[in-house]
Amino acid sequence: MKKLIHILVSFALLLILWQVAVWFGHWNQALLPSPLDVAKGFGELISKGTLFTGVKASMYRFFVGYLLAALTGVTLGLILGWFRNAWSFVNPVAQLIRPISPIAWFPFIVLLFGIGDLPAIIIIFIAAFFPILLTTVNAVEKVDQIYIKVAKNFGIKQPHLLTKIILPSAFPVIASGLHIALGTAWVFLVAGEMVGAQTGLGFMIIDARNNLRADLLLAGILSIGLIGLILDSLIGLAEKQLLKRWGVIGR
Amino acid sequence: MFIDIKDVSKEYLQKNSTFKALDHVSLQIEKGEFLCLLGPSGCGKTTLLNSVAGFEKVNSGSIQIDGKQVLEPSISNVTIFQNYGLLPWRTVQKNVELGLESKKLSKKERHDIASKYIDLVGLSNFSKSHPSQLSGGMQQRVAIARALAVDPEIIFMDEPFGALDALTRLKMQDEISNIWEQQKKTIIFVTHDIEEAVFLADRIVIMTPNPGRIKSIISVPLARKRDRTSHDFLKIRDRVFSEFNMKNPDKTEYYI
Repeated sequence: MKKLIHILVSFALLLILWQVAVWFGHWNQALLPSPLDVAKGFGELISKGTLFTGVKASMYRFFVGYLLAALTGVTLGLILGWFRNAWSFVNPVAQLIRPISPIAWFPFIVLLFGIGDLPAIIIIFIAAFFPILLTTVNAVEKVDQIYIKVAKNFGIKQPHLLTKIILPSAFPVIASGLHIALGTAWVFLVAGEMVGAQTGLGFMIIDARNNLRADLLLAGILSIGLIGLILDSLIGLAEKQLLKRWGVIGR
Repeated sequence: MFIDIKDVSKEYLQKNSTFKALDHVSLQIEKGEFLCLLGPSGCGKTTLLNSVAGFEKVNSGSIQIDGKQVLEPSISNVTIFQNYGLLPWRTVQKNVELGLESKKLSKKERHDIASKYIDLVGLSNFSKSHPSQLSGGMQQRVAIARALAVDPEIIFMDEPFGALDALTRLKMQDEISNIWEQQKKTIIFVTHDIEEAVFLADRIVIMTPNPGRIKSIISVPLARKRDRTSHDFLKIRDRVFSEFNMKNPDKTEYYI
């Protein structure tokens, strides 16, 4: 309840500040639309169906890219985390590639894969893959040795050692890695769609700019924030539920 | 001889120096014996236990169980740790089934065997709970049930009751003593608690640190269901105390 009040007050303040800026700023309406204009823009996006198709296209790309990254990142992370020697060889390259913005690869991606869904999917994949891989390797490294001892004592061998012992005990850390990667990947979705795509939220924004429709532009930006917020809360909830079932946090 | 430890030494490298955890230790243990390794920290008792259990390699000497050299941990010798080593994401039932999963058993057989031992340690009502919902004593009972479920020859216990409060510890001592009598396992039990050792052990192996050595071995020829307050119990306890030079000699020269 208290949280709800915080949220409402915070948004109300934002709206007031915004409206005040519009009243006293004397900017051209095409440069700074008022909250009401943007609300109308929202209505237009919804009634024309632009928003829905945009969200649908973006969601598809986002989830394909993100889930692929989660699957490969966690699997590779588990294996490389266990075989530390292999990781010592992979790690330097991973550290080299990690700080490169996924967008930097864009020219290559377009040359190799053309335009359409694929470039955006690949951008999201790259954005999510490295944080997931690195947290998983780190999580495996930090697995309490007593679990390994117990497993060896009870004759549990690979691959069961990975699936029965290491994955579950590293899971809480991996889950928070997945959570963080979701946010990072969402940021890059829009960027990925701003070049080369003909649908999606990123395209919607570029399209609004090209038509000099600042109201639609802001409406699009706000939708991206809103959806990102919703996705983040959902995965946060899922994380909490899973950890509860895992018996890691009290119920 | 069931367990034969011959002239075993083990050193750890510390910064610029070597720490002699075990120095020419020899010990024979009979099948079905309840043996306590007793000593202050740093005396090598846990190192000795870990070496016999196969978790650590010794630098020299040999350790044989049933005529076979110990090279790695085995499911027929289960270790119970002070911090229980339960898997927090598994329920009590699933924790106890853990060791059974690497044996060729059907799901139902696994379930039945696990239930039997959960029952034995008195936790039937908690089989669906997670370890985090149980008290320390209950968690250690789960670990005991998990060890017994795979029907091991030897159970190694590394200060298993060290993290429990005093009263729970006494209760757990009673229980492990009963379980030992029922199940006829060989138990090697590491402790630094003198009363615990006298209450539980057939023989107490007293170890001293720097370097880790066996100082003496004291037999405890008391009948089971031992009484912690009986005269004989206290006499043996006093003997152990004096082995550690912790009993002041009686200097009274005359009585009035």
